[in-house]
Amino acid sequence: MEFFKQNTSINFMALRKWAMSLSVLIALLCILTLSIKGLNWGLEFTGGTEVIAAFPQAENLETVRSTLEQAGYKDVKVQVYGTAKVVLIRLGGKQEGMENKDIGNEVVAHLNGATLQSTAYIGPQVGKELATSGALALVLAMLGTAIYIALRFEYRFAISAAVALIHDPLIILGIFSYFQMEFDLTSLAALLTVMGYSLNDTIVVFDRIRENFRKSRKGTPTEIVNLSVNQTLSRTIMTSGLTLLAVLSLFFFGGETLHGFATAMVVGIVVGTYSSIYVAGALAVALGLDRRDLLPSPRDTLDDTP
Amino acid sequence: MNRYPAWKYLLVIVVIVFGVIYSLPNLYKKDFAVQVSADSTHTLDDNTLNSVRTALANKQIQYSQVEKMASDSVSYHFSNADVQLRADDVIKDTLGEGYTVALNLAATTPKWLQAIGAGPLHLGLDLSGGVHFLMAVDVNSLITHRMQAAERNISDSLRKNGIRYVGLQDTQKGISIRAPDRATADKISDVLSQDYPEFTRTLTPDGQQWVIMASLSEQARADAQNFAVDKTLSVLRKRIDELGVNEPIVQRQGADRISVDLPGVQDTARAKQIIGGTATLEFHLQDVQHDAGQAKETGLIPPGTTLYPYTSAGMAQAIPVLLQDRVVLSGSSITNATATVGDDGRAAASITLGGGGEAAFYRITGENIGKPLAIIYVETALTPVTVNGETQYTQRKSERVISIATIQSALPSTFQITGLSSIKEANDLSLLLRAGSLPTPVAIIEESTIGPSLGAQNIDKGVFSIEVGFIVIVIFMMIYYRFFGLLADIALGMNLVLLVAILSFLGATLSLPGIAGILLTLGMAVDANVLIFERIREELRNGVSPQASIQAGYERAFSTIVDSNVTTLIAALVLLMIGSGPVKGFAVTLTIGIMTSMFTAITGTRAIVNLIYGHKVRLTKLSIGI
Repeated sequence: MEFFKQNTSINFMALRKWAMSLSVLIALLCILTLSIKGLNWGLEFTGGTEVIAAFPQAENLETVRSTLEQAGYKDVKVQVYGTAKVVLIRLGGKQEGMENKDIGNEVVAHLNGATLQSTAYIGPQVGKELATSGALALVLAMLGTAIYIALRFEYRFAISAAVALIHDPLIILGIFSYFQMEFDLTSLAALLTVMGYSLNDTIVVFDRIRENFRKSRKGTPTEIVNLSVNQTLSRTIMTSGLTLLAVLSLFFFGGETLHGFATAMVVGIVVGTYSSIYVAGALAVALGLDRRDLLPSPRDTLDDTP
Repeated sequence: MNRYPAWKYLLVIVVIVFGVIYSLPNLYKKDFAVQVSADSTHTLDDNTLNSVRTALANKQIQYSQVEKMASDSVSYHFSNADVQLRADDVIKDTLGEGYTVALNLAATTPKWLQAIGAGPLHLGLDLSGGVHFLMAVDVNSLITHRMQAAERNISDSLRKNGIRYVGLQDTQKGISIRAPDRATADKISDVLSQDYPEFTRTLTPDGQQWVIMASLSEQARADAQNFAVDKTLSVLRKRIDELGVNEPIVQRQGADRISVDLPGVQDTARAKQIIGGTATLEFHLQDVQHDAGQAKETGLIPPGTTLYPYTSAGMAQAIPVLLQDRVVLSGSSITNATATVGDDGRAAASITLGGGGEAAFYRITGENIGKPLAIIYVETALTPVTVNGETQYTQRKSERVISIATIQSALPSTFQITGLSSIKEANDLSLLLRAGSLPTPVAIIEESTIGPSLGAQNIDKGVFSIEVGFIVIVIFMMIYYRFFGLLADIALGMNLVLLVAILSFLGATLSLPGIAGILLTLGMAVDANVLIFERIREELRNGVSPQASIQAGYERAFSTIVDSNVTTLIAALVLLMIGSGPVKGFAVTLTIGIMTSMFTAITGTRAIVNLIYGHKVRLTKLSIGI
């Protein structure tokens, strides 16, 4: 079976101005929603107490909330966790004298018929540290991969890859922000993985661009990039499609705990595929990538001559 | 041209055999077990085992297997969780004190696999259920204590050396000593450098006088911190062992943190009490010369004494008592403690002394026969308080007079404390006394409990999504790449087996994000094969012969595969660095998965391709889907 019988020759680069505008627009929208709505940080980052309780039948969230506030808990937030029968109860800030108590069982005791599924308490300083080290990790991952690409390819590739690298997580964060999905520690893990994964695609395209530059003496950089994207298209769609299938399986069947992770991955793979075709390749051309930059150094060529 | 040297085939076979053997233990279902261990003062002899057997038989509870774990530990296996729970109650009732009875999921790895170090994956708390704590060790309070002690000692040594100083005080920065002149300041500095090398000294003139600032060196601070954390670790391990938790994980995390995972434990409150408890005992003489009631009314407490409320057995109301501040004996002199029933039929703790203090105790009690001796139960809890964005800990000390008894005779190194409220209190008190006290209070800064049903659900969901993902990929690859797709599928299966084998072999803990990591690896592992196969197809389309296409496909795709995997690897390694707990599990699986996938997808599939196509001279067509 083949997706494309003959070698495709879709003129991707002709559309690059549109693609660029689209990317910039989406990126701006993401920055906008992030600055207005912000992220719905998960418990790991904010600190606090979280109790997950299961009810025999669907439960009214408002009833749960008012019951608990009457029982003396402060700043109670209740939301559905997966199904309507399971609720996630977030107790903000510090609850009085809880350090030596079993808060999970106490909360559940106030709720008729509920059984305790899990509790979590994260101290405020842990959350702060995690946010700092998370941000550090993002920067480190970006620097590390950019340095690797600069070493293996060329600095213009590294810059384009780095831009693609900011582009992808930005869109994921924008979507998390717009829909106010909870951004927890596993979502952060997904974000970092997407950065690695998206580069994976980008590198395959770059590799082919380099090879084509060395192989053929004719063709403008735009034509070469276009050819390379077309040649790797079948692979890009195949791999992204398969990984997407694996992650979709996680999205649908993996359960609530991994939902943030799966969502970030699904978005990341789709956006990453797009960005490795457009952002990285088109940007490299725009930055003035030329054949000479990718040819082996003169000394190597001399050695080859008999 | 598509032939492998014999050693490469051999390598592939060896790796497959390793993978199969070391992933094998994960196929054996874990048994529901009850583990019984005896403490240091009891033994698990035939009599004890017989009584357990009869008790179980009487309740018609059948076990499938009895396994001797060690000389003082036995594990009974049952068919399901219900029987296990009933058996747990029966065994606890039969054995009573002196034995730890704990629920357990026992691996049923065959002996021959155990012999080569193979075992199943450990399950993380999100899969097995249990309690997780992260605690902060309060190093500052330890250093403050040290400084206070040093202040007294330094003033003693200076006096001993006949050095006259103007003033000496404990400040925020260190101990500040004021000398009348330069010569004295030098002398003081000499004494300090000889007797207190852990202090760094700075001399500054202040008019005629000189001020010597002795502060604890960075090294000494680091040492104090390491001491406090290490000692806390060892005390926690002992306490958790006493609790009888199966496969607990107690480890240092960062400079002053300790992470504790207790799989299977559900009683958070008790676990917290035992783990974070700084309970210890102090023995004080009662002041009978002053009237405690009067002191309470007037608020005039005689110097050297403290007023406590005391509720003795059978009394409804607390009465005030005055106790001398001097500690006759402290918990650190106690070497063993067991719960028992006292002569009055109430719960009691039997105490054994050692390691200093017992001679003084014998002497003092001997001198005070006929006078009342009080035992105070001291518990310190730390509460984090955020001040100006900085987290500080405030200590809350709760003291309770648990008994006042008249000294009948000089107390020897073994005696009983009677009058405890319940056998459970006696048990917990003995446990804390036995395991030793924490060097400095700890604060629980992170805590989570995962119910066993949620854990089981998580496993089911995780495994199911791996199955679905795996099957979909396998079918798709086969349709798209035909025979070569099948090869990639074999490699994918091999990758899964190898990944599980290495994780099991390393003793890694599988968490839910770890499962996500496995699934993601599957998706990425096929990428290498897709790259190779697409390359082969391309060569074929260009009219290159099948043999040469295979060769070119593998060769040209190789550097691309390496490049693209390295970047993912960099991201995974960064995660490994910052991550803790579950996220670390994800990073570990991803890292190992990327490496195993490179092997199976490149070397593994090539081995089969070479074996099948390598010898065919006139190969005209490849089953690769075009």
